[in-house]
Amino acid sequence: MTRHVIIGAGQAGLQIAESLRKEGFTGEIVLFGDEASAPYQRPPLSKKYLLGEVTADRLLFRAPDHYSRLSVDLRLSTRVTAIDPAAHTLSLSDGTHLAWDRLALTTGARVRKLELPGAEDSRVHVLRGVDDAESLRRGLEQAARVVVIGGGFIGLEVAAIARKLGREVTVVEAQSRVLPRVVAPLVSAFFHELHSSHGVHILLDQQVATLTPTADALIVETGDGTRIPADLVVVGIGVLPNTELAEAAGLACEAGILVDEFARTSHPAIVAAGDCTRHRNLLFAAPHRLESVQNAVDQAKVAAATMLDAPVPYAQVPWFWSDQYEVKLQMVGISAGHDSLVVRGVPGPDGFSVFYWSGDRVIAVDSINKPAEHMAARRLIAAGGKCAREHLADTTIDLKTLIQ
Amino acid sequence: MPKVVFVSPNGTRREIGIPDGWTLMEGAVQHNVQEIAAECGGGCACATCHVFIDPAWLGRLPAPAAAEQDLLECTAVPRQENSRLSCQVKLTPELEGLVVVLPERQT
Repeated sequence: MTRHVIIGAGQAGLQIAESLRKEGFTGEIVLFGDEASAPYQRPPLSKKYLLGEVTADRLLFRAPDHYSRLSVDLRLSTRVTAIDPAAHTLSLSDGTHLAWDRLALTTGARVRKLELPGAEDSRVHVLRGVDDAESLRRGLEQAARVVVIGGGFIGLEVAAIARKLGREVTVVEAQSRVLPRVVAPLVSAFFHELHSSHGVHILLDQQVATLTPTADALIVETGDGTRIPADLVVVGIGVLPNTELAEAAGLACEAGILVDEFARTSHPAIVAAGDCTRHRNLLFAAPHRLESVQNAVDQAKVAAATMLDAPVPYAQVPWFWSDQYEVKLQMVGISAGHDSLVVRGVPGPDGFSVFYWSGDRVIAVDSINKPAEHMAARRLIAAGGKCAREHLADTTIDLKTLIQ
Repeated sequence: MPKVVFVSPNGTRREIGIPDGWTLMEGAVQHNVQEIAAECGGGCACATCHVFIDPAWLGRLPAPAAAEQDLLECTAVPRQENSRLSCQVKLTPELEGLVVVLPERQT
């Protein structure tokens, strides 16, 4: 019988398994995960889960009996140690081997570590998996003073939860504004003010220099000598794609497993999808790597189609969201390379949207507490981004009517 | 654990027990009700978990909040008076037997 194997039981890996079945594949499917839990949603880990509003069983994508019903051989707590592309086999941590016909790599990403003495202290947390989240949730129960290193999405979402729990929170960001990589300065300014108004101390342009344990605290010292005592430190300084297996197998990698618009790696029988890939999307000129639910799901569908020799190119608009306090940020498109902005609405509690233009087209839209505008913006970007710029800022005109 | 009846566009009925406090969407997705996409995982952010509530039950649900109302304007199948986003409907013991009709598509 034909056997398709998927390495990585996150959102992308699960989607590949389900898409293979949905498209009629009747052979064997083996899905390997190195965590103990069946596939689960990660986005709530930095939101509702951390706040204690949802428990781990509610994060599961599917009920436990789903996998046997779907005839997916889900092997948890199992690490694949090597791939032999020529022999079409892989090796497992228990020393056994498994043959495959087609292989999918959905190995995800891991957190970038703070390379400093003191970073191994038990009070220093990261957030990627449910185990991290559980450890952080318990840590937050005890800690009075929380220092968040990194003012990106994870850092700011954790800061918001820690404030909701009544903790004293300081965010240390190396760049000159929060969310520096992904949003326009005015959106950064909005989130800076949002956190300040909730009592978060934000330090910008500050690198963490040392972490020093004392009798009753971990002292976080920044480059300019500022010393912040912490009971708990959260490091959110980005992720690195898990490319080691692919690299060792001789697959082309370059800050991610390189795949084409059909999710094909440099080996014809191996595909890859999700956070671990640097990929082609027909909507963009250059390859890129994305860390998002949307990319995991949509690229996984492409990968599954390729595995079944019915290739469909990847051409989906990226979208993303973040929840902080009562504010929902929703983003669509890729704003890099924009040359002008149009702001619709007034930055404030009633919500607004920022349109990123490149020439005569909208290439990305950030919506703050404007979910309907976000959904309209998705259609706008998917349709090529042409719209009546002169009316865009006029909130009395329904956005949907401006899309050409 | 209230039982909810999901009715597919082709009329197929499926009964699923969903724990109190969970959302309709969570219960449906864990049991692989494929007509609910729930792209955003329950964030009231995408309008892809649209359902129609059997009119007999509509009055027993709390009214949708503003964000849900906004998103109901963006569903793939146009909203009706009994439209809700299933990620915003929480199960309570009073909803035992709730009947939910699924739309043709979500995107």
